[in-house]
Parts: sequence; structure tokens; C-alpha cells
Amino acid sequence: MARYLLTRAWHSALTLVLASVVVFLGIRALPGDPALALAGEDRTPEALAAIRKEYGLDRPVTVQFGQYVERAVQGDFGHSIRTGLPVSDMLRTALPVTIELSVLAILIAAALGVGAGVVAAVRRGRPAEWAANALALIGLSVPHFWLGLLAILYLSVATGLFPASGFVPFFDDPVGNLHHLILPAVILGTGLAAIIMRQTRSAMLDSLSADYVRTAKAKGLSPRAVIGRHALRNSLIVVTTIVGLQLGGLISGAVVTEQIFGLPGFGKMTIDAVFQRDYPVIQAVVLLTATAYIVINFLVDLLYSLIDPRIRVAGDAA
Amino acid sequence: MTIASVPVAETGQVSLTGRTRVFRRLRRNPLAIVSFTVLAIAVVVALLAPWIAPYSVDQTDFGNIFAPPGTPGHLLGTDDLGRDVLSRIMLGARASLVVGFLAVLTALVIGVPLGLAAGYFRSLDAVIGRLTDLLLAFPFLILAVGLAAIRGPSLGNAAVAIGIAQIPGVIRVIRSDTLRLKSLDFVAAAVVDGASDLWVLGRHILPNATSVILVQATVALPAAILGEAVLSFLGLGIQPPAPSLGTMLATAQQFAAQAPWAATLPGLAIMILALTFNVFGDALRDALDPKGDR
Repeated sequence: MARYLLTRAWHSALTLVLASVVVFLGIRALPGDPALALAGEDRTPEALAAIRKEYGLDRPVTVQFGQYVERAVQGDFGHSIRTGLPVSDMLRTALPVTIELSVLAILIAAALGVGAGVVAAVRRGRPAEWAANALALIGLSVPHFWLGLLAILYLSVATGLFPASGFVPFFDDPVGNLHHLILPAVILGTGLAAIIMRQTRSAMLDSLSADYVRTAKAKGLSPRAVIGRHALRNSLIVVTTIVGLQLGGLISGAVVTEQIFGLPGFGKMTIDAVFQRDYPVIQAVVLLTATAYIVINFLVDLLYSLIDPRIRVAGDAA
Repeated sequence: MTIASVPVAETGQVSLTGRTRVFRRLRRNPLAIVSFTVLAIAVVVALLAPWIAPYSVDQTDFGNIFAPPGTPGHLLGTDDLGRDVLSRIMLGARASLVVGFLAVLTALVIGVPLGLAAGYFRSLDAVIGRLTDLLLAFPFLILAVGLAAIRGPSLGNAAVAIGIAQIPGVIRVIRSDTLRLKSLDFVAAAVVDGASDLWVLGRHILPNATSVILVQATVALPAAILGEAVLSFLGLGIQPPAPSLGTMLATAQQFAAQAPWAATLPGLAIMILALTFNVFGDALRDALDPKGDR
């Protein structure tokens, strides 16, 4: 167990270092002088000199990298070219929106996906399975931003049941907050739900034919108890793994969903930054995403090995 | 530990004699036949689009903007500039397929050799594993954002971003299939016979991994098509006025109240493309599965 965790921690740390090198070199891959890119419109010699000093661009690359890492660790990502605000302040207001949206989407996806997956496995070969499979295939194939557009067009604008865009902070108005987020969260959750459904179904089919389920049935447990208990445990593992695996997709999806519903989150900040060539913001966004991905997947691995002892045994043997 | 941003398909091995069995199984599966037919039509229409589309894509008709579907001369209506929606969908689908194929090709050209190497050479496994971890840390949209920031948004960058994001999934399936094949007797026999590593990989392992590569490609293609739509919708992919289903939706979003069909039909086209690829991919995987009926 300890060895497995150490290996995983070492791999995560290594990946983190490599990712920060990539991001650091990315901004230097820009054609021309990085100071020009970082300065934006304000290209007076004084401004450029100030930028060179702030980012240490007049010093050796290795020193620059050290300085960059040191600042990033302290949460200092420089100032946005467009707004002039510290990037860390912008993140502080944007991130909670995205995190809430994603957590809601995961909850919705887990509920729908596990439910449909269990039904599909238990009702094998019946219309219910066929319907669940068809829905999952559509969920995998539908462009979610388009689903969002349709939802705004036919649910928000036509019926007025949901707000078409905008956001209210949770602590100002919890009900209004959920009212604004529920539609985007459902849209963001559909793709994930489809993947969770397919995995739950196949995990359930495996476990339903396993010896321990036959034993449980043989000792007289009701089908409900057999399915309920084993389905629950298996789907816990399935959901945990998939959220880790699909985190990249979820982040990408959140960016688009925020753009459509006009949510002032991480995604909107990212897209605005690209079109405004706001390099300090882009750099922070990319680094932060990679870090989040690596850290969360490490945590998922930890959790996974706690839920399923077979993983750590296999990990130790390797 | 391996992770994939694309759902990873699993299959078994198919021998030469199994090939007729695969085709027989596909022919018996109505879903396979329907999806293949739709795909074949879509690909032919998309390839011939520049010649068979009723209008040129940027032919505007300001006297006839927001014509609803069914208007004589405009089967699927017109958009905010009076451009024919059907013609633009045909050319947009062409762009989707082009980016999709380019992205998957990129992923295969880089991912297959890395997967083979990781599975075959124990010494390279760890290095390639770390590279995979690194690639996974950058979701395709963030990768596209970074590329667009450095090189400006374009069709090529969209394909590269999507392709890079699909490399880890390819490496993973090829690596595990290589590990499995390596342990089989015929490979051991070739090694004992004095065959070089490259010969064993190229003549014995790669041909037997074809079915796995094929299935992975059918899983990756619809994902790539959806990815292109997202990037173009956000303005990070194909640039207007070039037609793309994603940019069509982005424009239509602003006029959704006046012309809901313009915001509906291109999305439907994307979904049909992705859905038929997914359905056919599922059928192909089932047909290639040596365990048969599951």
C-alpha cells in the first residue's frame, strides 16, 4: 500500500513539474518578444522595461523558470493585460462558479447514469435495456452546447421556466443560484451520465454473473437486496474512476456550457482571454487546469485504492 | 495507472479466418447495416458537397433572409445573410469529417508506435507512461486555447489539439494489446527464430493489433467530430466565413428567436454524424469480439 502510494505520488509530482515546464515554454514559443505579448497595447519602452523586470525576462531562462514556479506556488500569476487586475483575484471570483457547476453536473450524471445502468443490466434483453442503451448512445453523440442552445430556445425563452443566462452567488440567494445553474448542470452532466451508464451496465453484468452473487442468491437474499448492495458498491467504484478519467472532458464541457449560459466562471474567463490575447490569464488557466487534473486524479487513485483493496495489492506487486 | 480522455474500447484478436465471420456478424446486425448506409451516404455527400450543393456557401441573398425550411429553392431555409442552410450544412459536414479524420490520423500516427513501444520494450514503458500522464493533464479545449493563443485559431490547430488529446487513449489500448500478443506462442517462436524486435513488432504484433486500432478509431472519430464542433463554436477552430457546423451554430445563437431552424439543423447534422459513427463502432466491436454474443 505505502509503496503504491509513493509511486503514484512520485509520478504525479513528476507530471506536475513537466506540465509547468510546458506551460512556461509555451509563452516563450510565441513569435517575437514575450515582453511585447505580455504588455498588450501599452508598448512604451518604460512599460516593456517594467514587464521585463517583473517577469525577469532579462535573466537566464533557468532563473526565469525558478522565479515563475516560485510565484505560481504563492498564487501570483501576474496581472491581466486587459483588466489590470491580479489574475489570482479574477480566479477567486470565477472558480467557485465553475466548481459548483461541475459538482452539480457530476451529481446529476451519477444519479442518472447509475440508475439507467442498473436498470439496463437487470432488465437485460427487455425494452428498458434497449431504451437505456439508446439514450446512452445519444448522450455520447449529441453536441452538448447545441443541447444547451435548444434548452435556452425551447425551455427558457419559450416557457420562461428557467433563466436563459446570468448568475447569482449562492450566499446571496441559494434558490436563485440553483435556479440559474440547474439547466447548465443538466446539460453538462448528460455526456458524463452516458459514460457512467455504459460502465455501470457492464460492471453490473459482470457482477451479476459472479460467484458471490450466486452465493447471495442461493442463501435466499431477495433480488432487491442482491442488486441493491452489489450494485451500490460497484457503481461507487465506477463513478469514482470515471469522474477521474473524464475530468478533462468535464473541464472542456464546463468552458462551453458557461459560454452558452453566460456564467461568469473559469470557462468564460478563458475564452475571453484567448480573444483578447491576455497571455498572463491564459498561462494561469492552462497551468491551473493541468494542476487540478493531476491532483484530482491522484486523489481519485487514493480513494479508489481505499474502496477496492485489489488495486493496492496489484499496485504493490507491479 | 492509465487514463483516457476518449472512451476506450476493448476487443479481442481476430485471425485471418475470422474476417469472414466478422463480416457475417456485421451483415446480420440491422443496426450495423443502417449506420453503415447512413455513414456511406454522409461521406459521399460531404466529399461531393462542393459540386452537388444547391448554392455556393457564401452566396448571399439579402432579399431572402431567415427564409423558413420548405421555402421554394431553400429546402432547409436561409440564415441571417440569406445563405442556403442546406448547402452550408453539406459543406460544414465535410469540414467536420476532414478535421475528424485528420485528428484521428494524428492520434494514430503518434499513438500506435508509442503504444507498441510501451507494450514491447519494458524499459520504455515508464517513460511513455509519464508522457501519457502529461498529455492527459491538458484537456483538449485547454490545449486548443493554448495553441490558439500561440498560433492563432485555425482548422489545423483544432485538428492538432483534438488529435493530441486522443493520443493517450490510443497508447493505452495498443500498449495493452501488445502486452497480450507478446505473451503468445507465435511471438515467442519468432523471437527464438532470431527475428529482430522491429520485425516482430511490424510483422507479428501490428497486424494482429489491427482490429483494436480499428475499433479505437471508430470510438475516436465521433469524439473528434464533436470536438471540432465545440472549438469552431467557440471561435477556436474553423474561421468564418468558411462553413463549419460549429460556427453556423454560433451565428445562429444570436438570431435563435427569428430563425430557430438555423440553430437546430446544424446541431442535428453533427449528432447524426456522431451517432452513426458510434452505433457502427459498437457493432464493429461486437462483431470483432471473439467471445461472441455479449
